[in-house]
Amino acid sequence: MEKEELITKLKKIVLPYIQDQEAFDHLSEETRFITDLKINSANLVDVILDVEDEFDIRIENEEMEQMVSVVAAMNIITAKMGKQ
Amino acid sequence: MNRVVITGLGVVAPNGIGQDAFTRATKNGESGITFHPKLQELNFSCCIGGMPVVDDTLRAKYLSPLQLRGFNSAGILYGCMAGMDAWKDAGLAIDEHATADPHSGMVFGAGSSGIDKFREAIYLLDDKQVRRLGSTVVVQTMASGISAYLGGILGLGNQVTTNSSACTTGAEALLMGFERIKYGKAKRMLVGSCSDDGPYIWGGFDAMRVMSYKHNDDPERGSRPMSASASGFVPGSGAGALVLESLQSALDRGANIYAEVLGGMVNSGGQRLGGTMTAPNSDAVQQCIKGAIADAGIEAQAIDVINGHLTATSKDSTEIANWVTALGREGINFPYINSQKSMVGHCLAAAGAIESVATILQLKHQLVFPNINCEDIHPEILDLIDESRIPQKSMETPLRIAAKASFGFGDVNACIIFSNFSN
Repeated sequence: MEKEELITKLKKIVLPYIQDQEAFDHLSEETRFITDLKINSANLVDVILDVEDEFDIRIENEEMEQMVSVVAAMNIITAKMGKQ
Repeated sequence: MNRVVITGLGVVAPNGIGQDAFTRATKNGESGITFHPKLQELNFSCCIGGMPVVDDTLRAKYLSPLQLRGFNSAGILYGCMAGMDAWKDAGLAIDEHATADPHSGMVFGAGSSGIDKFREAIYLLDDKQVRRLGSTVVVQTMASGISAYLGGILGLGNQVTTNSSACTTGAEALLMGFERIKYGKAKRMLVGSCSDDGPYIWGGFDAMRVMSYKHNDDPERGSRPMSASASGFVPGSGAGALVLESLQSALDRGANIYAEVLGGMVNSGGQRLGGTMTAPNSDAVQQCIKGAIADAGIEAQAIDVINGHLTATSKDSTEIANWVTALGREGINFPYINSQKSMVGHCLAAAGAIESVATILQLKHQLVFPNINCEDIHPEILDLIDESRIPQKSMETPLRIAAKASFGFGDVNACIIFSNFSN
């Protein structure tokens, strides 16, 4: 999957949870979910579930802990999809 | 001691959502009871009930898209709607950027929370998919779900809690908020209660055979408080909410004052002397009514109208007898009395709040709301009070003092005395 396509899909997934529209409008690979997009930490598990559904993968607890930014999420998703 | 007044009302009832629609429907004796195919499909004896009709557009006016993600809790929805409406009706702002107001709190009751959400979760859990629950199960199924949702929406900084005492819940919430303001612990308290609806909350009552099963073909005639042909209650749901405020606070901000809470009492019959888990100890009911009157500092003779508990079971006559004994008034000297349940069913944990709102609206509009479906008043009731005391049509008459009582499983009672406001 192309990087651009992956980011577009991720943007769609996080949109309902973000609380900082400006950070979302300027979303890049470096954007962090909680500190930049102000996603409520409790909602991170919902983001993970939505990612799992979208890419048909399963994300383990340790991986979830690492998924603090867009780039981290992209790396994990790409790695998981590569294994399939 | 602070005087406590009511400055805001909100209601989500089976026969009307919002104060105007609810007043209109109730005044006209319109029933909100309908047939529910889902109940029939599940082999319920009673296939009728009262559910407020809330579509997606209306939901979206109260809860954000994020709050509505994975949302499946009718009681919390109704409670948020009624609570937010009451807050706005009191002229108070809902500002998500303001700091928490340390002088405003909430007691908002519930009998259960998010029962449909809980059902969803149980299916996932039993399928070994606990990790798929997401973040939405706890907040919707914890008993205090409603106060947690509303407290955040309104930014309340005083006590924020949920009480639960079966069908007494709403009346008890009101008195808890009343006392908090009376003793100077808060300036404003949003009080009320809400109930879930549908088969998973009503099934237990159906199994107890306490619900009306004779009117599946004629739902609007099904809820028959005080009627000789009453055959059990019809389940309902919804929410009611009231903003209570110290008189000083209301005057300082020039708020509209609907009525004053003069006093009240909560007690329990202890499941003794005829009282059981499901039936009231009549001595305790009478003490509750008498205690409320004493707390309010009025004479029993001053009560103009009663909004009873009156569920449409065989206990209606007992309730009337208890009022007669407690007030020392009978026949033509008995106050006017009505049961909101004839139009909305028994809204369970929400009943006390919805019916308190109805009681205040009667004082506001100076009219007694009608009782429907009791054209055949039970003879045991007519032995106690005159037929004219049970209006079957809306009736304009000067009203100054109203009493509201609710009784619940566990043998618990609450009685509140309201008055028109005059300074």
